[in-house]
Amino acid sequence: MSNGAIEDTQVIPAAEIEEVELYHAHSFITKWVFSQDAKIIAIQYSTTAILIGLVGLVLSWLMRLQLGYPDTFSFIDPESYLQYVTMHGMIMVVYLLTALFLGGFGNYLIPLMVGARDMVFPYLNMLSFWTYLLATLILTASFFVPGGATGAGWTLYPPQAISEGTPGINGGIILMLVSLTFFIIGFTMGGLNYVVTVLQARTRGMSLMRMPLTVWGIFVATILALLAFPALLVASIMMTFDKLLGTSFFMPEMLIQGEIGPNENGSPLLFQHLFWFFGHPEVYIVALPAFGVVSDIISTHARKNIFGYRMMVWAIVGIGGLSFIVWAHHMYVSGMNPYFGFFFATTTLIIAVPTALKLYNWVFTLYKGNIHLTIPMLFCVAFILTFLNGGITGLFLGNVVVDIPLSDTMFVVAHFHMVMGIAPVLVIFAAIYHWFPLMSGRFLNEFWGQVHFWVTFLGSYLVYFPMHYLGFVGVPRRYYEIGETSFVPESAATLNEFITIMVLIVGVAQIIFIINIIMSIFNGKLAGKNPWKATTLEWQTETTPPGHGNFGKELPICYRWAYEYSPPGVKTDFVPQNLAPDKIK
Amino acid sequence: MSPQKSNTAVGQSAELKPGLVGLAEDWSSDQRAFKNVPWGKAMMWIFLLSDTFIFSVFLIGYMTARMSTAVDWPPVSEIFALSFGGDPIPLVLIAIMTFILITSSGTMVLAVNYGYRKDRKKTTILLLITALMGASFVGMQALEWSKLISDGVRPWENPFGASQFGSAFFMITGFHGFHVSVGVVFLLLIARKVWRGDYDTEKKGFFTSQKGNYEIVETMGLYWHFVDLVWVFIFAFFYLW
Ligand code: HEM
Ligand SMILES: [Cu+2]
Repeated sequence: MSNGAIEDTQVIPAAEIEEVELYHAHSFITKWVFSQDAKIIAIQYSTTAILIGLVGLVLSWLMRLQLGYPDTFSFIDPESYLQYVTMHGMIMVVYLLTALFLGGFGNYLIPLMVGARDMVFPYLNMLSFWTYLLATLILTASFFVPGGATGAGWTLYPPQAISEGTPGINGGIILMLVSLTFFIIGFTMGGLNYVVTVLQARTRGMSLMRMPLTVWGIFVATILALLAFPALLVASIMMTFDKLLGTSFFMPEMLIQGEIGPNENGSPLLFQHLFWFFGHPEVYIVALPAFGVVSDIISTHARKNIFGYRMMVWAIVGIGGLSFIVWAHHMYVSGMNPYFGFFFATTTLIIAVPTALKLYNWVFTLYKGNIHLTIPMLFCVAFILTFLNGGITGLFLGNVVVDIPLSDTMFVVAHFHMVMGIAPVLVIFAAIYHWFPLMSGRFLNEFWGQVHFWVTFLGSYLVYFPMHYLGFVGVPRRYYEIGETSFVPESAATLNEFITIMVLIVGVAQIIFIINIIMSIFNGKLAGKNPWKATTLEWQTETTPPGHGNFGKELPICYRWAYEYSPPGVKTDFVPQNLAPDKIK
Repeated sequence: MSPQKSNTAVGQSAELKPGLVGLAEDWSSDQRAFKNVPWGKAMMWIFLLSDTFIFSVFLIGYMTARMSTAVDWPPVSEIFALSFGGDPIPLVLIAIMTFILITSSGTMVLAVNYGYRKDRKKTTILLLITALMGASFVGMQALEWSKLISDGVRPWENPFGASQFGSAFFMITGFHGFHVSVGVVFLLLIARKVWRGDYDTEKKGFFTSQKGNYEIVETMGLYWHFVDLVWVFIFAFFYLW
């Protein structure tokens, strides 16, 4: 393969455009607060996302306390339980994972990895963060309005989302919709930057097929987001009008407390289609960056080139495309035409093919590699297992006949937590342990890292494996308590208690992780330059952490792909992307 | 080989091959996938792609609502008729509005052309004419709205038939009108900068501190044509269907 080989005579292309002058901040405020430097914006994005993610985490504890010990906590009533479920789901999916992967890692890594000094439009990039912050503040505010946050479930299905009987139908749902609107506007400003930077601002020698897979993952995920969020935006606007102006886009004729309501002829199904046209690509918006990051980390820590680089790229692109034609597998219970269901079941099974291909390639990358069981590596291996697990239950649920009895049970909750809850979060941890030395110049504490890893990994299996079983016996999701039924055995209550205890233990591990970060910023072990001996450009900067403008006077020139590990006939076991061929020993 | 400095802001790469071969070559090359396309223009294209999805979803939502409602759709040619003393003429206002908006695309094209020739005066005038036409479009849209409102059409109710008619009409034309208004504001801002000669001196943007040049006129033009094109669809789906 030509992209791996080191050729003696390499033509270095000329620079196509003059370098764009960077914005130089002069005051403290423009440097650190209203900063236009992608790296600082990245840290702002990440911090905000993690903080709001902690809110989501605490909400999950409250839910689990209620499920594990019903009738014990007087401050959790059925309404607040529903509010916890809703806010937890939305926070985790949109405000934590999307923002962290794209706004956080995207901002930090894209310019560095493609050899650019910054994003193409730093000012817009800054606005993106502040709009995102505004969105999270509005979302948080919805807890405090009269009636509280919305309890409609993270899917916000109308008519119940805005009808009497659901918690938070006054302020809560409105603020949720407004917050989503701001999130989308903010994301669009950032997303345009990420896409254009990848397409138009690469350094000399950096062809698309030499980019690290991390950049590929984030790039394709951003495109998905730019095309999927419009559906959510429009659905939010229409629902806001249904609520505030009394239009009937989604609202059918209904009996409300014995009287005919004011609406007629709206289509609740339209909302479901719009929501899931966004919702399913959203899964891959979170998963694709994770795929990319995993590929790079296992390659680096196994000192082996990624297996089947081109296949990996095309799998990312293929998954991205297919993810737009599977959405109605979330709607099998809506009573759709069987042919329609057949179509979506088929596309769902097809999308498993490129996904499985990626899993095989990761395994082949590890095969006979010189595996260093560092903490990032441990998390990545855990990801591969977890994603495989969640992917397989996904194949079950993709079939109409299996999905219909399992829909709205704990089985679904177990499935999507495996595949898009635990799996991407494991990658986030891997990425933080891997890139923390770049961002701060110091390692995270190894011992507490091990503790964090093993408790999180084993703990989350102990949490979610039993949930599959609960789903099989018919325990429904989004239920405040099971109460007395003829079909749920009493042992389910014991199992629920067990799960809750495990959740709390896993939660403690996350607190340890946060403390580890804070402590290590100040007195972690010094990492020095390129501690993992990685090939990609972000590690080849003049200073660690990289300064304003990322690289020194000259931008790096890229001579090869990102996976030149343990090449034969070379003394060092890796060759950085920017090392000139005549300098290789 | 030492890096060559190019002499234009756009940058010139070696001669580009036409057709599929050229496309494949551009995309497998380094630095830029779209050769000779400045950042701002690339960004506008991608934004418009995203915006296309927004408008498509709006229109699909409208079509769904229209097909699933059990109440009759109001007779649009009667509702959108104006009478000047005599018999009401159907679609007269909208015909004028559409004509103006499409014409403004023409003046925009001329502005882009004169911009690249660095003819400040003509560019400014053409941009102002474009903005003026955009503003009059929005003005007439307000007229159309007020006529519908005085006839009793509201977002939540409609004396002539299905209530979704008013909801969808106000929402979608409102969203489009918002696009036009934003366009007008930016046309005015750019006209001012052209007039002042900011793009000749490559003056840095106040917020962005990036150098300005006449490409921005073309980028603005892309947006303006898009808003026009979308109008054609809205017009067809609301007035002719
Ligand atoms: C410590 C980690 C977590 C725990 C203990 C946890 C726990 C829970 C629980 C108990 C529910 C409610 C189930 C029900 O009654 O239906 C739930 C729902 C949900 N969770 Fe998590 N979760 C965690 C992390 C995450 C993450 C990282 C995501 C990101 C994708 C996520 C996404 C969701 C979603 C989308 C829902 C559905 C909300 C709804 O039904 O509207 N969770 N979670
Ligand atoms: Cu899906």
